[in-house]
Amino acid sequence: MKKNNLLRNSGLQSMLASVMCILVGLLVGYIALLIINAEGAWEAITTIIKNYFVYPTELAQMKYLGNTLVKTAPLLMCALSVLFANKAGLFNIGAAGQYVVGAGTCLYMALGLQLPWWACLLGAIVAGALLGALSGFLKTQFNVNEVISCIMFNWISLYCVNMLLAKVKETTSPYTLGLRANAPQALLPGMGLGEYFSNNQYVTIAIPLAIIVSIAIWVLLEKTKLGYELKATGNNKNAAKYAGMKENRNIILTMAIAGGLAGMAAALLYLTGFEQWSTSQASVPGMGFNGIAAAFLGGLHPIGSIFSSYFIQHITAGGAYVDKTLYCAQVSDFISSLIIYLCGFVLFMKVAMNRGLDKADEKRKAKKNEGGKK
Amino acid sequence: MENYAVEMLHITKRFPGIIANDDITLQLKKGEIHALLGENGAGKSTLMSVLFGLYQPEEGEIHMDGKKVEIRNPNDANDLGIGMVHQHFKLVECFTVLDNIILGVEPCKNGFLQKAEARAKVQEISERYGLQVDLDAKIEDITVGMQQRTEILKMLYRENEILIFDEPTAVLTPQEIRELMQIMRNLAAEGKSILFISHKLAEIMEVADRCSVLRKGKYIGTVNTKDVTPADLSRMMVGRDVKAKVDKDDAKPTDVVLDVKGMCVASKRHKKNAVNDVTFQVRRGEIVCIAGIDGNGQTELVYGLSGLEPLNGGSIEMCGKDITKLPIRKRSTMGMSHIPEDRHKHGLVLDYSLEDNIVLQRYFEREFTSPLGFLRRRNIRKYAERLIEQFDVRSGQGPITRARSMSGGNQQKAIIAREIDKNPELLIAVQPTRGLDVGAIEYIHKQLVEQRDAGKGVLLVSLELDEVMNVSDRILVMFEGEIVGEFDPKTVTVEELGLYMAGAKREGKA
Repeated sequence: MKKNNLLRNSGLQSMLASVMCILVGLLVGYIALLIINAEGAWEAITTIIKNYFVYPTELAQMKYLGNTLVKTAPLLMCALSVLFANKAGLFNIGAAGQYVVGAGTCLYMALGLQLPWWACLLGAIVAGALLGALSGFLKTQFNVNEVISCIMFNWISLYCVNMLLAKVKETTSPYTLGLRANAPQALLPGMGLGEYFSNNQYVTIAIPLAIIVSIAIWVLLEKTKLGYELKATGNNKNAAKYAGMKENRNIILTMAIAGGLAGMAAALLYLTGFEQWSTSQASVPGMGFNGIAAAFLGGLHPIGSIFSSYFIQHITAGGAYVDKTLYCAQVSDFISSLIIYLCGFVLFMKVAMNRGLDKADEKRKAKKNEGGKK
Repeated sequence: MENYAVEMLHITKRFPGIIANDDITLQLKKGEIHALLGENGAGKSTLMSVLFGLYQPEEGEIHMDGKKVEIRNPNDANDLGIGMVHQHFKLVECFTVLDNIILGVEPCKNGFLQKAEARAKVQEISERYGLQVDLDAKIEDITVGMQQRTEILKMLYRENEILIFDEPTAVLTPQEIRELMQIMRNLAAEGKSILFISHKLAEIMEVADRCSVLRKGKYIGTVNTKDVTPADLSRMMVGRDVKAKVDKDDAKPTDVVLDVKGMCVASKRHKKNAVNDVTFQVRRGEIVCIAGIDGNGQTELVYGLSGLEPLNGGSIEMCGKDITKLPIRKRSTMGMSHIPEDRHKHGLVLDYSLEDNIVLQRYFEREFTSPLGFLRRRNIRKYAERLIEQFDVRSGQGPITRARSMSGGNQQKAIIAREIDKNPELLIAVQPTRGLDVGAIEYIHKQLVEQRDAGKGVLLVSLELDEVMNVSDRILVMFEGEIVGEFDPKTVTVEELGLYMAGAKREGKA
């Protein structure tokens, strides 16, 4: 009875819905490319899908697969941050800001204080968690909508971090000092993982760590009392209150965990030395916002997010290889944003699928009942 | 050929899982009052929604004056002269009565409202049918009865010939009900055709000429009310004989379980207290019922008792301990069970499985949560299965059924199972039978009496006078946030209660 219908399985449903969205997104992207410049459209869209496969040798392919993965890890963490808050009925648009304070904290601890990698990682998590908790606190105490406070904090964090990291930047550029040269103790350990990716030095424990965390989040949500409470609050605040759950505590805790995940995201990127922070950047890094898309494309499921994060990072990286003589530089972002936009339809697809199944089920049951009675 | 104003012929409407209307035929004569009788879920509302253009039937046709008509949306229905007074009035609270009546069909000249013209017309109508209203009063300031008259005037102003009343008496006092009956008779005498939806037999017997009965989506029959007894109708509606009375012995109240003194709860709607200086007790072994018309502070009273809202003043003691300031969880673990008024808002997490809803009040106990904070899924399953069995909660997939997909009656049973199995000292049940069929109502009443006989205190809040009279051992009437009278159901009459519920009489304080 339980497994009467494979299509009923909500995991499979989410996957199907996501795949459908991706296909529709690619199709719409292709049409857009056709409109801009029909000649190179097919090549461009295949380039985006191919990503690192555009390189002829396996060695190079593996290396750039490594690079894609390096950026997938933080994206996954941001997606987890968003989906975790979402399960409790909160919209953590502040993942971007929590990511920023995470980056600021870990880079300053690494470069300024010369602390080891695990301390920097921990620092980033704590910083993100504190910022998240602050949004939660404002919501519970003063009824400030978390979306508003989060957006404000995104900007406040950006400028504070820019100021802080200006102390550890290169003298001739706005970028922070290279981690490899100036704070090698803060680099995340590679554990020899890089060897599998043509000695890509940026491939570190960050990648398995992110996957472990997503599994942990899944366990937390599905198997624990806390997850039960948070989801109850998210689904029906009134019923949660009626059942005596501590709404305020849960909101603050949720935001703290979500913030911690976003802070960790930054550490998993910046402590690989893959990127340096530009202290002159005037916009909040997109990683946190992309996390929203990855979370929804992943069906708001921690495990689904692993794949959706990879996919989004894959096409974003692939976009970089599009022929810039035919298309302007923004075209890759444009295509990926189209696909991401269509990810919003994941829920719609799921609902539509369920309706169809419901109808079929009920009809069958009605027939059975009639037959069984007399 | 008889002259029918409306004929709904062989209407079939399916929803996923149920056939809401299965080949139903309803014929409404010109100038008659035709009752549509059925339990909740019998398909009355669906049928009316089809007539009003809200649903399209899969099969069947609608004829008016012998001609086939298509009703695709409520506008079509309006154009055909079909008007409806909904159970929950559709009025703009901060508009005057006149504004509400002309809303949507405002007489205009060059873009300016011609209110004088409208006023004259409304006055003429209200005199003709004896519908007294104050045209300049705001909706929020007038009584429910007057609001209903406003709704009726709205239909008449639009020159509707077919008037549908959807459970119009649910919110009225006995006195107001009598007035409404008179109005309906006047309307019918003037040639209007009235469809009167109800599950109250006495009203149907009194006012309707004919009555059509639905049961579980099927058409049972149409009878002249002159030729039948209420018992006949009841049998047609339920399909079997129904006990009108709840079986119970006299109450033997003992210790005080709940002691409320001078309780005040603030209102969300106005500046005054929704519950004002309320004092009462509930003892073990008795069912105390709070009667009153909806919106007189009953909801807030229960919020205050359960801890959902803080008190503005006064104190609450349960089993001798002061719980005025205790959080909800504490009250619950101390032995307060609460069957909430709105099972979708408070009672259930609709997207949770049945088993997760069944442990909603107990999930944190050692039996269901390990010391490390992991849920003991196996125990939850076992516990849920036991309650499902014991309380006969029916669902598609057992413990893993999503609460959302269950029927209202079974949702309510799940809540009752959860709250009763907690083995409470005090059971607060708010409208526990709302929207349920007769079978389920009987069952729930039996459970309440069983709890009483097991020595629990039961506080029942109900808007249904039948329920109040049948189940309770002691009746407290609430009016405008205050308790205005205490009665013994054996000695008081419904009419007497009605006077108190409407605020016409009150005990004690003048």
